[in-house]
Amino acid sequence: MQETTDTLETTIENPVSGIDQSSGNFKYDMTYDFDAGTGLNERTVDYISSVKKEAPWIREFRQNALKTFESRPLPTHWASKDLETINFDKIRYYLSQGLKPKRTWDEVPADIKQTFERLGIPEQERKFLAGVEAQFDSEAAYSNIKEAVAKQGVIFMNSTEGLREHPEIFRKFFGKVIPTGDNKFSALNSAVFSGGSFIYVPPGVKVSHPLQAYFRINAENFGQFERTLIICDEGSELTYMEGCTAPKFSTATLHSAVVELVALKGAKIQYITVQNWSSNVFNLVTKRGLAHEESEIKWIDCNIGSRLTMKYPGVVLRGRKARGEVISIALANDGQHQDTGAKMVHAADETTSTVVSKSISVGQGRATYRGVVHIPKNLKGCKNNTECDALLINTNSRTDTYPAITVRGDHHAVQHEASVSKVSAEQIFYMQQRGLTEGQAMSLSVNGFINDLARQFPMEYSVELKRLIDLEMEGSVG
Amino acid sequence: MAGTSTDRIIAASPTGSFTPEVFARHLASCPAWWRERKQAAYARFEGLPMPARTDESWRFSNLSGIGLEGFSPGQAASGGAQVVDAAFSLAAAPALTFVNGRLAARAPISPELAGKGVTVSTLSEAVVKHPELLRQHFMAQPQKLGSAKFAALHEAFIVDGAFVHVPRGVELDQPIVLIHSASGAGTAVFPHTLVIAEENSRVTVVDHFQSNDGLGQLACGANDLYAGHGAKITYVAAQCWSLDTLSLQFNSTVVRRDARVQSLNLHLGARQARHESLSQLQAPGGFSEMLALTIASGSREFDQRTLQIHQAPNTKSDLLYKNALLGRSRTIFSGLIIVDPDAQKTDAYQSNRNLMLSEDAESNSLPGLEIQANDVRCTHGATSAPIDAEQAFYLKSRGIPEKAAHELLIFGFFEEVLSRLENDELHAALRNLIRKRLGR
Repeated sequence: MQETTDTLETTIENPVSGIDQSSGNFKYDMTYDFDAGTGLNERTVDYISSVKKEAPWIREFRQNALKTFESRPLPTHWASKDLETINFDKIRYYLSQGLKPKRTWDEVPADIKQTFERLGIPEQERKFLAGVEAQFDSEAAYSNIKEAVAKQGVIFMNSTEGLREHPEIFRKFFGKVIPTGDNKFSALNSAVFSGGSFIYVPPGVKVSHPLQAYFRINAENFGQFERTLIICDEGSELTYMEGCTAPKFSTATLHSAVVELVALKGAKIQYITVQNWSSNVFNLVTKRGLAHEESEIKWIDCNIGSRLTMKYPGVVLRGRKARGEVISIALANDGQHQDTGAKMVHAADETTSTVVSKSISVGQGRATYRGVVHIPKNLKGCKNNTECDALLINTNSRTDTYPAITVRGDHHAVQHEASVSKVSAEQIFYMQQRGLTEGQAMSLSVNGFINDLARQFPMEYSVELKRLIDLEMEGSVG
Repeated sequence: MAGTSTDRIIAASPTGSFTPEVFARHLASCPAWWRERKQAAYARFEGLPMPARTDESWRFSNLSGIGLEGFSPGQAASGGAQVVDAAFSLAAAPALTFVNGRLAARAPISPELAGKGVTVSTLSEAVVKHPELLRQHFMAQPQKLGSAKFAALHEAFIVDGAFVHVPRGVELDQPIVLIHSASGAGTAVFPHTLVIAEENSRVTVVDHFQSNDGLGQLACGANDLYAGHGAKITYVAAQCWSLDTLSLQFNSTVVRRDARVQSLNLHLGARQARHESLSQLQAPGGFSEMLALTIASGSREFDQRTLQIHQAPNTKSDLLYKNALLGRSRTIFSGLIIVDPDAQKTDAYQSNRNLMLSEDAESNSLPGLEIQANDVRCTHGATSAPIDAEQAFYLKSRGIPEKAAHELLIFGFFEEVLSRLENDELHAALRNLIRKRLGR
């Protein structure tokens, strides 16, 4: 059996949803049954495809994506130069212990089980989730959906299984919302993707409890490339949550996911992310939803960890009266750059979109909002409202805002507003005068800043988020 | 997040019509130091590539419209001074009138002002008489907004321009009016206005750009404004080039301690116009107010890029750019506020408002912020919306024809900017220009 290296000193008493910065900081030494080695070339891609026993079209899809990835430059003409420090030849692209996820916790190998138990996954499942999937490095280690939900015809499995068992649904939507060539990192993901969730909700089914996926990076120099595809058929509803953690290694780790959502007529999807990667992870994720007539896609995106996050959840509003929403909270501490935002592409009449972004920069942290709102010609009655608020805690904290808004025609209303502020000295003074320490007052004030957004989270997440902000604010005063 | 598909393949030649041979002919009669500067500028121009699709500072711009082929440096026009545009008449006679970059007429400043040491002269005179001031202020600021190549072209080929120097403590009540005009098809002009307001002085300068014949021209112009401690500059530019002209204009404003600069750019002409404006707030108490009004019609493109840099604590900037879009026109507003580390107590505002008057018009807004200090007040906003339906209905119900109603509403929309001008005469003159443009 493997040795346990425990880098965490204290035990976590009540870890919920794994967004505690410190609770993810441990790792187990693993031996992997499948390892694609370091570096990326055609053989790596072939290896992954062979291990997964994939159909020829998928192998071809991967190989083409690899060519696209190699031909694309890094987007450093607008993005952070920090991307240049990623050494793609030093990354391990596929590691797994087996391909078949377990259906009960008892079957999960002890070391992996320990990991997820420490992060509180089984406990959460019992409490309030309709289904859980837990991905360990490249493959899902555990996947389970409650019987009642499965009986409604809801499919929830890892995407490797999804491709194998439901190719007729998978292939129809796969790569349609985010084409391989969308950007360099979506191409990378398309070449080496493994794991991620595949969900199909049949017409009219409203999934009453959230489905959750949990992503865990355990190995050093590893790249996790999950691929998530969620299809909500006509009139159905779904809430999906994902959490991410990784231990803190001395070398950089890469997480580059592609998430595609399809909301068919009248469907509603709510996708909640709480990203708490350790501060050496490059988190370069492409997320986009396709909203058909009268459907609604809502991204709630919360970025706390990572070294550099570049993530702009988007909605393509394809059908009349479709609605898109992005709620984004980012906290950038020392050494972190949260480059987040939203993309709203209006492609039908009377579509509406809302973006609310709140960022907090602590110490020398840098929070960036980058957004696109696009309303092409020949449309009527589109609306967008964007609000970005940035809170700067320390004198040398940094925030940027880079929206791009294109509007064609005289039938639309679009507005964008952004503001930058600091914690009010008067508020702090008032709270201190009531007996709070300066640190407590600061935490309270920051929590107040995001309170209206945090309230929209499921309660467990919102409580945890508050606690986490308290942790992050420690030592930021003075 | 890269640029859109509006970018097309750009002209192959990086120098266009402005070849080394053309440049050698141009250099003939300059003082040595000035010639050296021009030669260095030409080398920069030649060395820099044309803007490419991946240049963030040219995002959304129509790159196929900025080719430099088919132009030639303007020659002295026959017929002397040109008639001033009747729609833009001010009590003060134009101090300097340039045709194709050469001085065509001048009205001497009053003996009183001359006695106080005020200089309103041509750049070619200043090259000889005030080389130190030129070295210090002429094109001395960094080109941060994407047009380094075109600014170098301007510097290399500039023939003449206006030089305004107001000594310490001198206040001018009358505006100094400068006319820059172009004649002839394919003429390239390089208008320049340099304003130096020394400590606690006050001056208003008006640039009027016009075409004498309505033909297609290239106007590659620049203006440098320098406000010394406590100085106050009001600068108004009325851009009325012909509707077939390619206009590239670069503004640099330096604001020193407790100084105040108000600039208003009215954009009415050109088939494609790029305007870059850089404000540097270098010392506490500085205030830069940046205003612009644009009427975009037909298939014209107005591309405005701004940068407000707060380099010292306790500075203020306030930007308001308003565009009225008709026809199939496009506008691009890309603005950035930079607050340097330690520039605490900055108060910066940036707003871009687009009035959409046509189904085919397209507005692009990129209002940006880069903030590195926490005790600041920075806000920006961008809106794009059509005429308020209730207002349109009200005017209609009063029997006002649609065109007249639109004109009224455009004036209503613009008034917020125009009313910030303290000088009523200027206010009225700009309104006249706008009315004339709308009537066309």
